[in-house]
Amino acid sequence: MRTAFIQQLVTEAINNPKIFLIVGDLGYSVVEPFANEFPERFLNAGVAEQNMTGIASGLAMQGYTVFTYSIANFPTLRCMEQIRYDVCYHNLDVKIVAVGGGYAYASLGPSHHATEELGMLRSIPGITIAAPGDPIEAKAITTLLSNTYGPAYIRLGKAGEPVIHTNNLNIEIGKPIEVIKGVGKCVFTTGAMLKYAYDHINHNKFSWGLYSFPIIKPLDKQAVSEVVKSYAEIVTLEEHQLSCGFGSAILEAINDLVEDGSLQSHPKVKRIAIKDEFISIAGSQQFIREKAGLIL
Amino acid sequence: MSLSSITFAKEIRKAVLKLVYEAKASHIGGALSMTDLLAVLYSEVLHIDPKNPLDRDRDRFLLSKGHACTALYATLALKDFFPLSELSNYSKDGSMLLSHTSHKVPGVELSTGSLGHALSVACGISLAGKRNNNNFRVYCLVSDGELDEGSNWEAILFAPHHQLSNLTLIVDYNKIQSFGTIDEVLKLDPLHKKFEAFGWRTLEIDGHNHDQINSSLARAKDETEKPTVIIAHTIKGKGINFMENKLLWHYRSPSAEEFAEAIKQLEE
Repeated sequence: MRTAFIQQLVTEAINNPKIFLIVGDLGYSVVEPFANEFPERFLNAGVAEQNMTGIASGLAMQGYTVFTYSIANFPTLRCMEQIRYDVCYHNLDVKIVAVGGGYAYASLGPSHHATEELGMLRSIPGITIAAPGDPIEAKAITTLLSNTYGPAYIRLGKAGEPVIHTNNLNIEIGKPIEVIKGVGKCVFTTGAMLKYAYDHINHNKFSWGLYSFPIIKPLDKQAVSEVVKSYAEIVTLEEHQLSCGFGSAILEAINDLVEDGSLQSHPKVKRIAIKDEFISIAGSQQFIREKAGLIL
Repeated sequence: MSLSSITFAKEIRKAVLKLVYEAKASHIGGALSMTDLLAVLYSEVLHIDPKNPLDRDRDRFLLSKGHACTALYATLALKDFFPLSELSNYSKDGSMLLSHTSHKVPGVELSTGSLGHALSVACGISLAGKRNNNNFRVYCLVSDGELDEGSNWEAILFAPHHQLSNLTLIVDYNKIQSFGTIDEVLKLDPLHKKFEAFGWRTLEIDGHNHDQINSSLARAKDETEKPTVIIAHTIKGKGINFMENKLLWHYRSPSAEEFAEAIKQLEE
C-alpha cells in the first residue's frame, strides 16, 4: 500500500506543484522517488513529529498541500494536539499519512500497534479519515485527497498487501465499495482487513456480501442506508479498538438513519474489533489479529 | 494613528488594563511584560497593512503565548486592524475576541493558547518563504515558561539546521511562569548559551528599552545564515508597580480601586 501511495503521490505532484511531503525520519526505500523528483517539496523533519505537524501547518498556510508521513502512532498520537489545534482548527490542507495501520507491525509490540488512532481522530471536527483496503484503494484515495482541500488522515498498511479490486476505482467521499454482492449477512471492513474477509468468504463459499469502507469519516449515510436495507445482518470488522472506531461509526450512522426515518428498523449489527486490550506477545500480523479476536 | 512606540506602548497598556478589568480576566502580568515588544514591532518593524492583513508579502507575526492576547488585540485595534470599539466586547458572549489569541481576529495569523505550537508553525512559514525566495520575515514571540514544552526545542533544533535566517524568535523572559518563578519550576539559564549551542544568532536585550528592541530587530534582519533569537529581559506586570514581578498577576483581575490606581500610574 505504501508503494502505491508514494507512486501515486509522485504522479499527483507532477501535475500539482503545491504538493509537499514531510517525513519524520522514516520512509527509507519508499519515499526516495518523491524526494529525488521534487527535492524542493520534500523535507525530512527528523524524529520530531510535533514539530513536523507544526511545520506542515506553516507550509499549508503558505498554500501547500502537505503530506506528513511516518509509521504507526508517531504522526498521529504523538502530535494529536498539533493535528487538532493547528491543522484542523485552522482548516489547513494537511494530510497525515501513517504506514503500519492496525497490527501491521505486529511483532514490534504495542508501541507500533496503531489501534486507537481512528477513534481519537474521528472526534476532531473537519477531518476526513481514510483507511484503504488494498493498493488500488490506496492509489484512489491518494488521488482523491490530493485534490480535496482540508485536513485528512490516511491509514495505510505496510507493504506487499495483495490487490483485491480488479480495476482502478473512483472513490467518492464517504461511500462504501461493493466487493462481493451477497444475501443475508454483509461484512463491512475498513483498511487492510479487507483481504482476510474476502478470502474467508470465498474460501468457505459463503453467500455473504462484502463492502470495503476506504473512508470512515465523513460517512455518506444515505449510501450506508442503501446497503443496510439489502441485508438482514451487518458485521463490522476492523483492526482497531472496539470503542470509537469503524464499527462505532457504522452504528452511529445506522442510529441516525433510524432516528431520521431513513431506516424503518435497526438491523442486527455485530462489531468485531479489539476488546479494550493491548497485545503484548510477539507474532505475525495474522497471529496477533487472531489473538485479538479479529476473526469472522 | 501615528504614535511614537513609547506613546503607543502606553496606549496598549491602558487598553490591556481596561480589557482585563472589565472582563475580570487573567494574564495581565504577561500581557504587560511583552507590551513594549509589540509596540516596537507594530509601529516600526512589521510590514503589515491593516487594510490588507492577508497580503501575501506581509511580514508574519505569531504570538505563541496566546494567554496574553489582550496586548495583541489592543495593539491591532489601535493600529486599525479592526475597530477600537470592538475591544469592549472582549470575552463577552458571541465576541470574536476569545480570551486566548484567535485567528478569527483580523491581523492574527494563528490561534494560540496551548503552549509550544507557534514556533513550529513559524518554522513552516519561514521554510516556505526561503524555498520560494519570498521577502517577508517571520516573527514569533514565546513566553519563557513555555520553553518547558519539548515541541519548542524540536523547532529550536530545526530552524538553524535549515538556516531559517528569515525567522526571528523573541523570548519574553519575565522570569515568572504559571506556578512559580522560572528558577523554581524548571531553570532555563543559561538560556543565551543554550540557544547559541543550538546554532541561533543570540541577542540579549532589555525588553522594555525601545532602542534596544529596535536595534536588535534590525540586526536580525541583516542576518543571512542563522535564525535570530532575541532574549528580552522583561518584568511581569511592567508599568503598574503593585503588579510588577508578582506571580499573583498571572491570574488576578484588578479591583475597582486597583484599576483606578493602575490607570493613574499609566497616565503619569
